[in-house]
Amino acid sequence: MVKYFCNNTDIRSTWDHVVSAFWQRYPNPFRRLLTKTNRLPRWAERLFPTGMSRLVYIIEDSIVDPVNRSLTTYTWNLNHTTLMSVEERCIFQDSVEQPAATKLKREAWISSNVYGFSRPIQEFGLARFKSNQVKAMKGLDYALSNLQGETPQRLLRDTVKDASEKAKEAAKSLASAATVPKKPQQYV
Amino acid sequence: MNSVGEACTDLKREYDQCFNRWFAEKFLKGDRSGDPCTETFRKYQGCVQKAIREKDIPIDGVDFMGPNKDKPET
Repeated sequence: MVKYFCNNTDIRSTWDHVVSAFWQRYPNPFRRLLTKTNRLPRWAERLFPTGMSRLVYIIEDSIVDPVNRSLTTYTWNLNHTTLMSVEERCIFQDSVEQPAATKLKREAWISSNVYGFSRPIQEFGLARFKSNQVKAMKGLDYALSNLQGETPQRLLRDTVKDASEKAKEAAKSLASAATVPKKPQQYV
Repeated sequence: MNSVGEACTDLKREYDQCFNRWFAEKFLKGDRSGDPCTETFRKYQGCVQKAIREKDIPIDGVDFMGPNKDKPET
């Protein structure tokens, strides 16, 4: 049984800007480290056998179609998949309704194979994914604002200030953050 | 942002600069005439692959776009 999530949103920038900013969304003051801001509830902590690495390796693949103006990204975790597997697909395309805007369709598939606990784990994963939605966009918004040189529409001054304190701490442990760097695949 | 292999961060920066410029100015505008970043990418990729092996990151046999073969909407 897999938990499915789907959300459509509009980004107030052109597709060209969004796709260019996409590669530049890290570092940003909103990036979150699993260990820092995503604390697990106690019952979930117990599901990790002692000695098991807490590092999660996440890979992101992407396809840019410049003719049809579509960016598809696929992100999933490489390890701890029995515990929880999260796959996310994002499709960025020109917005049909709004000129100079981009529509984003985000989907996620969350599953767990822990005997007897898969249901609560999946529910937890889905709830966590939903609550992280807003944060997930902030990194991209940040990169867009840097590219376009204007104040980002969705950022509050207070949030930026608070987040940059966390970012200083986070930067120290960033070397061990297990994100595999992008390998752009260009399909012509 | 640092690379997954600390030693690769400079190579990453060099490649990123080349890529971002080429992507916005050439690729998106339909100019497929050439890839000026092949060399910087090769160096960067070599460094990263070495770091991945050293850190035992489980990337062997992982398909491009991984499990996303024909993703149905449940």
